[in-house]
Amino acid sequence: MSNHLAKSLPNDWGLTIIDQRKIHHYQPGYLFIPFGTYTEKEIVKPIAKFLPERANYIQKTIINVDKDKDIVNLEGGQAVPYDLLVIATGTDIAPDETPGMAGPHWHKSIFDFYTLDGAVTLHRALEDWEGGHLVVHITEMPIKCPVAPLEFTFLAESYFHERGMSDKVKITFVTPMDGAFTKPVASDQLGHLLKEKGIEVVPNFNVMEIDGDAKKLIDYEGKEVEYDLLVTVPTNKGADYVERSGFGDELNFVPTHKGTLQSKVKDNIFCIGDATNIPASKAGSVAHFEGEILLENIARYIRGEELKDEFDGHANCFVETGHGKALLIDFNYTQQPVSGTFPFPGIGPLTLLKESRMNHLGKLAFKWVYWNMLITGRHIPFVPSKMSEAGKNLETVLN
Amino acid sequence: MTDQGYLTDLNDWSREVATNIAEEEEISLTEEHWPVLEYLQNQHKQEIPLTIRKVGKSGIVDIKGFYALFPGGPLKKASRIAGIPKPASCI
Repeated sequence: MSNHLAKSLPNDWGLTIIDQRKIHHYQPGYLFIPFGTYTEKEIVKPIAKFLPERANYIQKTIINVDKDKDIVNLEGGQAVPYDLLVIATGTDIAPDETPGMAGPHWHKSIFDFYTLDGAVTLHRALEDWEGGHLVVHITEMPIKCPVAPLEFTFLAESYFHERGMSDKVKITFVTPMDGAFTKPVASDQLGHLLKEKGIEVVPNFNVMEIDGDAKKLIDYEGKEVEYDLLVTVPTNKGADYVERSGFGDELNFVPTHKGTLQSKVKDNIFCIGDATNIPASKAGSVAHFEGEILLENIARYIRGEELKDEFDGHANCFVETGHGKALLIDFNYTQQPVSGTFPFPGIGPLTLLKESRMNHLGKLAFKWVYWNMLITGRHIPFVPSKMSEAGKNLETVLN
Repeated sequence: MTDQGYLTDLNDWSREVATNIAEEEEISLTEEHWPVLEYLQNQHKQEIPLTIRKVGKSGIVDIKGFYALFPGGPLKKASRIAGIPKPASCI
């Protein structure tokens, strides 16, 4: 977004980027680290490498945003005034929210793969693991990259198969939703995958606490799931400073208009990516597609014009299914994922909602696209911000 | 109505409809259920995604109370009875 703004902001505007970190992570890469497909080195680069020359970069922690005075307060007492603020501080895991999760068993028998540290630690644990009951678990929605837990489950099945350990490992997928797939078309067309791979699903499980000593998850109705190795996706929350600023929801996400991306907090605050509370998927592709409409609306706001109410919730995600294959899904606020071809109707080369080797290669190639195109503010060729219906089998239409 | 029994238009909802759907879910609606259902509808009208945690922090019912009112999948069942879409992920 900063690279976009550097090119389009009027000359009399300044551009300041505040980020507490020095290093940028290619977060889609976390998924592959536990299985040794990627190493830590491949998915981190210094933020400074990607910053536009025009931007003033402040690497400090945000204390809060004083929306009434239009000031961002930083650690050490520095105050940064603004005319327009774009919040892009994402979401992070909050294992403290579930009793028993972030205790002495954290990163010993209870792991995450939503942080670099978690993914690297889990890789070591999987390398040494001799088998048993692996439970992959979603604590509560919404979470970043909602398909990632399912991808992890499929990749784990593939990983243990390749290591000749299939007979020593049982895999269970535990979810608060009513199934591993929740949309009718996906459920109909992909439901067989879990059964074929011997993965058990425990649906409608809302965890209340974890008994780390006894190695079991306990839900609000008293149901229990025992594990030997737990890979959980903890509660996801927006940044702490959002809470300190007094304008987040109960999970620190910023109330945001779903079509314009203007916050509902104040007119001169906009929001992009996982930091919003809009009913879109918390996926990197969503943030990318939001960028175009956000850029347009920032320009309109500066000119005093009416904002475009046009973001459609477009998301486009590869879903790894293991054994060198993946699915692709393309959807928005109203259109659920369906089968078809992408991006060229009838040609592909990618297949929607259907496993293929080409989709898997597409997912691996995306790392290059991310570092060399997306982060520098270039568009993905042939993939527009608004979802296209071309090439989709829409016989089952809307959600 | 969807194949899974969720209303496609909240305008078709009434207390009578809710009572009938609740019976299908083997729930007998009481005075304690209605404020929860109204809360869910209001959140839906404001396009705010619902979670069990959000309901638990609503001040209307806590999470254990929510389970007690709608046992065996409270958000899913309460959403259906309230006439709003099924909570779903993206796939």
